[in-house]
Amino acid sequence: MMLPTEWIHNFLYASMPEGIAHAVELVLIAVGFLMFFAVAGLYLVLLERWIAAWIQLRRGPNRVGPWGIFQTIADALKLVTKELTGTNKADKFLYNLAPYFPIVAALITISVFAYSQSLHAFDINIGIFFITAVSSIGVIGILLAGWSSNNKYALIGAMRSGVMVVSYELSVGLSLLTMVLLTGSLQLSEIIEVQRTGGWLIVQGHIPAVIAFMIYMIAGTAETNRTPFDLIEAESELGAGYHTEYSGMKFAYFFLAEFINMFIVASIAVTVFFGAWLSPFGITDGIFWLQPVWFFAKVLVIIVLMMLFRWTFPRLRIDQILTLEWKYLLPLNLINLVLMAVIIWLGWTINF
Amino acid sequence: MQQEYIVKDPFKTEEYMINMGPQHPATHGVLRLVLTIDGEIIKKVEPDLGYIHRSIEKMCEYDTYQQIVHLTDRMDYLSSHINNEAVCLTVEKALELEVPERVKVIRTIIGELTRLASHQLWWGVFGMDIGGLTTYFYAFRDREMINDIFEETCGARLTMNYNVPGGLMFDIHPNFVNRTKAFIKHFKTKLPEYDQLLTGNIIFEKRTKGVGVISKEDAISFGVTGPTARGSGLVSDIRKSHPYSAYDRVNFNEVLFTEGDTWSRYKVRIQEMWESISIIEQLIDNIPEGDFKVPTKAVIKLPKGEFYQRVETARGELGVYINSDGNKNPYRLKFRSPGFSNLSILDHVARGSKLGDLVAIMASFDLVIPDIDR
Amino acid sequence: MTNLELQNTIAAWSDQITFTEEATEFLTAQVPAAEWHEIALKLRSTPELHFDYLFCETGIDYGTDLGVIYHLRSTDLKHEMVVKVNTSDRENARIDTVCDIWRTAEMNEREIHDLFGIEFNNHPNMQVLILPENWVGFPLRKDYSDPVNMIIR
Repeated sequence: MMLPTEWIHNFLYASMPEGIAHAVELVLIAVGFLMFFAVAGLYLVLLERWIAAWIQLRRGPNRVGPWGIFQTIADALKLVTKELTGTNKADKFLYNLAPYFPIVAALITISVFAYSQSLHAFDINIGIFFITAVSSIGVIGILLAGWSSNNKYALIGAMRSGVMVVSYELSVGLSLLTMVLLTGSLQLSEIIEVQRTGGWLIVQGHIPAVIAFMIYMIAGTAETNRTPFDLIEAESELGAGYHTEYSGMKFAYFFLAEFINMFIVASIAVTVFFGAWLSPFGITDGIFWLQPVWFFAKVLVIIVLMMLFRWTFPRLRIDQILTLEWKYLLPLNLINLVLMAVIIWLGWTINF
Repeated sequence: MQQEYIVKDPFKTEEYMINMGPQHPATHGVLRLVLTIDGEIIKKVEPDLGYIHRSIEKMCEYDTYQQIVHLTDRMDYLSSHINNEAVCLTVEKALELEVPERVKVIRTIIGELTRLASHQLWWGVFGMDIGGLTTYFYAFRDREMINDIFEETCGARLTMNYNVPGGLMFDIHPNFVNRTKAFIKHFKTKLPEYDQLLTGNIIFEKRTKGVGVISKEDAISFGVTGPTARGSGLVSDIRKSHPYSAYDRVNFNEVLFTEGDTWSRYKVRIQEMWESISIIEQLIDNIPEGDFKVPTKAVIKLPKGEFYQRVETARGELGVYINSDGNKNPYRLKFRSPGFSNLSILDHVARGSKLGDLVAIMASFDLVIPDIDR
Repeated sequence: MTNLELQNTIAAWSDQITFTEEATEFLTAQVPAAEWHEIALKLRSTPELHFDYLFCETGIDYGTDLGVIYHLRSTDLKHEMVVKVNTSDRENARIDTVCDIWRTAEMNEREIHDLFGIEFNNHPNMQVLILPENWVGFPLRKDYSDPVNMIIR
């Protein structure tokens, strides 16, 4: 049976010269990801609002469309039409440049994931490394936004974010490295292949893998700047943090990037710990259209988990956040890395 | 000529000023704090007041005593009933007017309901201030029931204006007793939920324990009152030391914690909610029959002299000082507001703590800005 | 201590202090402005008085004089009294600060300074607290008039 992606590929190459077909294919993929990006971002916002409402004894969006499913689209339209206000004292060039960093970084990152066996746009051989590297570019945008806005609240927010992301980048990297020990490859397709033959990595690596997953979830939540690590916005302390001076679409870029980052963090977790598009025990692995369903279902579970964090925890303080990272997570992570290495060396992994 | 640039001190740091307020989410009103900050560490907090100053004390000098009661709603709007009661008690004390037992009991019950509503709101915004938005909605779910009771009783939900010198404006609604009982039954199951959501949370404990410590000596010197003072172990409950209305016939404990930090101020208020429930339970079944008001003259003239009456609002000791020259208006009327003295210690407490701590400390003081500005 | 004992203890310090208990529930002492700071220090530090809690500080305009009324309490001995300090100089009213003794006075005195125009000697930060910086006049004085904002019935 021919996969739809293969069919499109063949059709393009059959109907036009090779060079043009290649270019058209790239454009199609880019447009596809852009659309996916927008829709996923908007519906994650809606999901967040539903979950928030559910936890907070409210009804949530229920006016625009059935169950309010068009609410965020209406919100996006409103944001597009809003005036782009700014400050006179801002550094205009950097101020206008800043929103593109988080959104471009997020967009590049989501193109690397393997959503199914064939729905995999860019299978780079340094996959995990590439993801962590590119996704952390986003913080430059936050720093720029805070700095160029010429607003003290924004600056405090930006500096907090700089400190936090530099710290938690370590934990994210190390916990993923722990899992890479199991696969022996950074390439996402290889990582998935290892899991197809030997079971999900969180099962293969058992104790150190679970520890790595917990560290990853904490650090990942910090990376996305969500409660309990939402110090950079900290609405009760800093008003709105780094995007205090932004409005309209520029604000929406930051806002969307935050939700896409959440998607990215969940996708990495699913790819590295929970076998990406693989179904449990390989029951439906052969059915190609179920592969993305499994992927997104797993991602959704992790995203909902992160949303539960957000709506039940209070916020940490800046020094507590750094203490948590440098005094607890980092040493634990290093020990865990050694533990994982010992377990692999002794062959104590669980393989099906 | 080559110019030489010498970096004298490459790590030179500067303190900077930041305006927290008048429009800021954590000040809960139009309070402006001028902060001097070194990085994240607070070096100085300078309150700048007056953004909502209406000079109520001056207005009182041109109003009759019945009118003054209305103005007090607008001071500490979260304990409006208790503020009304303070003025009425002062006038009744000056006139040597004995109000019926029924009035005393009803005033106490509604006063305690007001305290509950105020503490609920405080709990909600406390959680919100340290980053957990959910507490707000839980608090408002329960506060709504109290406001409904108030609305049915006197027509208003916030600025109640139910007291008049000599008694109450009108009798309680027939549903009052049943609805209050229903609320108490409901809230007794929901108050443990507050603890489950916030109190045991490790992040919450880390954010509040050891933060903003007020020693007992400082509390006394700065005139700190109410739950804020009781968190530092200062015995200051007016309901115990100078009982008014029906507080002399109910059993309740004065909640005291000695650590003096944000955590103990939090625990005091949570515990006070249980005490308030117990007070209401003791009184709600025995509201004596009788008049709801002693007739007073349309224009009350206080005798010449000075009268001071204090009550315990949700925020602490509210004092009403009336200097009367025998006319229908007071010569001078001063409200000793609890928020004002609690705010005065903020600078002392917050120095050296982080910006996030300042928000937690302010939340634990439970400041209501119109009460400070009057 | 009872009011009489309080009165006897305090009266021994200076013969300028006058006492009254008429038309008020507290023992009220009228203290001359010149001696006020010294007496306040004694009120706070004398072990058998120990007035450590200043629970109300009121500015008042008597028409001719300006005054400040201090409501004092002892948190451990549980007795209370009122001290009144007056000054007849309306143009340049000055009273000693007590914010080194009761720190709550710091903010209260700034408020009184704004609204009554009483300067407090030795106060560490005698800036406007409530009013805008360019405000003219002292709103709570009896001779203050503002034809626009004040509605007098």
